[in-house]
Amino acid sequence: MKYIDEFRDGEVAKGIAQAIAAEVRPDRRYNFMEFCGGHTHAISRYGVPDLLPESVRMIHGPGCPVCVLPIGRIDLAIQLALDNGVILCTYADTMRVPASGGLSLMRAKAVVDKARGDIRMIYSVTDALKIARDNPEKEVVFFAIGFETTTPPTAVAIKQADAEGLTNFSVLCCHVLTPAAITHILESPEVRELGTVPLDGFIGPAHVSTVIGSRPYEPFAEGFRKPVVISGFEPLDVMQSILMLVRQINEGRAEVENEFTRAVSRDGNLKAQRLMDEVFEVRPSFEWRGLGEVPFSALAIRARYARFDAERRYRLEYRPVADNKACECGAILRGVKKPTDCKIFGTVCTPENPMGSCMVSSEGACAAHYTYGRYRDAETV
Amino acid sequence: MAEVKKGYARPLDLKHGRVDMSHGGGGRAMVQLIADLFAKHLGNEFLAQGNDGAVLPPGHGRLVVSTDSHVVSPLFFPGGDIGGLSVHGTVNDVAVMGATPLYLSAGFILEEGFPLADLDRIVESMARAAREAGVKLVAGDTKVVEQGKGDGIFITTTGIGFLPDGIHLSGHLARPGDVLLVSGSVGDHGMAIMSKRENLSFDAPIVSDSACLNGLTAAMLASGAAIRVMRDPTRGGLAATINEIAHQSGVGIHLEEAAIPVKPEVEAACELLGLDPLNIANEGKLIAICAAEDAEKLLAAMRAHPLGQQAALIGKVVEDANAFVQMKTQFGGRRMVDWLGGEQLPRIC
Repeated sequence: MKYIDEFRDGEVAKGIAQAIAAEVRPDRRYNFMEFCGGHTHAISRYGVPDLLPESVRMIHGPGCPVCVLPIGRIDLAIQLALDNGVILCTYADTMRVPASGGLSLMRAKAVVDKARGDIRMIYSVTDALKIARDNPEKEVVFFAIGFETTTPPTAVAIKQADAEGLTNFSVLCCHVLTPAAITHILESPEVRELGTVPLDGFIGPAHVSTVIGSRPYEPFAEGFRKPVVISGFEPLDVMQSILMLVRQINEGRAEVENEFTRAVSRDGNLKAQRLMDEVFEVRPSFEWRGLGEVPFSALAIRARYARFDAERRYRLEYRPVADNKACECGAILRGVKKPTDCKIFGTVCTPENPMGSCMVSSEGACAAHYTYGRYRDAETV
Repeated sequence: MAEVKKGYARPLDLKHGRVDMSHGGGGRAMVQLIADLFAKHLGNEFLAQGNDGAVLPPGHGRLVVSTDSHVVSPLFFPGGDIGGLSVHGTVNDVAVMGATPLYLSAGFILEEGFPLADLDRIVESMARAAREAGVKLVAGDTKVVEQGKGDGIFITTTGIGFLPDGIHLSGHLARPGDVLLVSGSVGDHGMAIMSKRENLSFDAPIVSDSACLNGLTAAMLASGAAIRVMRDPTRGGLAATINEIAHQSGVGIHLEEAAIPVKPEVEAACELLGLDPLNIANEGKLIAICAAEDAEKLLAAMRAHPLGQQAALIGKVVEDANAFVQMKTQFGGRRMVDWLGGEQLPRIC
């Protein structure tokens, strides 16, 4: 496959692996967090750890949109379908996230009264618009989740609905912001005071950065003295970025570097940013699963587009719901614990029957380890 | 079988007619549908017995029976349709047991309003597939459900075959040291279906591999290679089938990603949708586990058959109490190949 195989070439990988091995200093360890679930998935699927020296450890970050969605938000979506009788449209992974009362969107779909509402899996927000057009007598709500990558399409859909005068379409907006989450992790006691999470640098987001650019990472690279290398999602991108991070640390630098120059610029996609700014405003605070309330970390729909805001339209009230006590998703999302540190990992909590959100999406740290890396645990027993 | 005397009934309108509730009611309309449509394509001496059950002649060897329901959507897809698929799926299940499939039964659930022209096409396709496989449809049943209670047509088929003495294949028989072969490219059927789903609507020239494998299995058995297991990796794809065998035999299996044949168009479509070709359904492929020393002999026999030209050795069986399936990636790392969690795409076959 042209333009893909080039970034998965095993021979090139060997060369970078040798360069990393030659670069690492024998007297120290290197702990890097890959923020994005896309990187977590690539690292696990291609077996990247097998090509890294023992002293380089990758910590999986919270950049999996499904994983950071708190139970209370899924509950709101279920409520819309079951109680308000809307057709709720959402992306596939969201369907399986466990919610309150043993429900998930998938399970709610099985019991929803189809004469009134429905829950439908869609591939693009434009599908939700089409469903709204095709069912003028029904209310259609798009359950919008994700980081800055999926936000511009939601903005376009709202503007499109406005232009068409669609009166039966609205959005339950749960879009979240990447830089706020990274700052939150860097300010957490585990990183700052306790030192229980050694963090030497970040693999920066790929697709998110195509939208926001590399500039937003500059303040914390400088302020927290942590190097950031923005990396593409292909395994060679990740290898090259790890090499760049090791070099920065060895040379005492803490800069934002861009490995993903084929898609990311310093300023990002200005048109997409303008669109987001036109339709959304920053919420004062938003609950993330695992991170808790994070200030200025999510988006709400501006008053001008209030009629497309499902929270206003159905007077939804957010109620936080605590995670299952045994579930360690919170600590795993902050990098404090590894999936295998969780008592229910692989026993009670599996991809078929996820207890926590990290086991739901293939980008989640637990699902990635369960699906691709479980054999490593057997080897160390 | 009873016949409605010509002239007393209006002929079946195979161009514009539709299934109605009377076609399942046990009356004349049903008899007419069976005679003018089903028997026209599928008729043979066993159906002609016209009794509640077909009486079959004795055969040689042990009986092998397998059953499969087909709910695929869309009904017609590149490379096949639900009719052919309903024959292929069941014939293949019998064939990979090492048996010679001979007979089929078929149960049809039709939805009121279903076009008779489509039904005619589907049954004709079944008849063609059955002829190619050398099997006869010996028993059938038709039911009609109200509009909205079905989705056009569902077909359940049961296959019967005879297993010659001396052949014993089972998922329990893989042993460390054995090797794993696949008969051709993986993921074709699932991605062909996916390319035609209306909510995905991407235009890719992907054709289903839906085909009868009993010719290929016969050639493989005739090669004399020490085959332990044969299986057709349908739903869940190669990954699910190999995991099943690893668990049944209590062994580990190591795959070489670079050796697994995947068509470029299938790989590209999977890439676009974030899917793994190893999890995608096949309907005309099989895997075989055999003694390592017989690998070349078996590969040669597979490659000499039109449905096995792309056959490849893709892995080996190892000792592993955890029964893990692992893969050396083309990238040079290692990873597990697990069952797929949840449902990737419903109504694939």
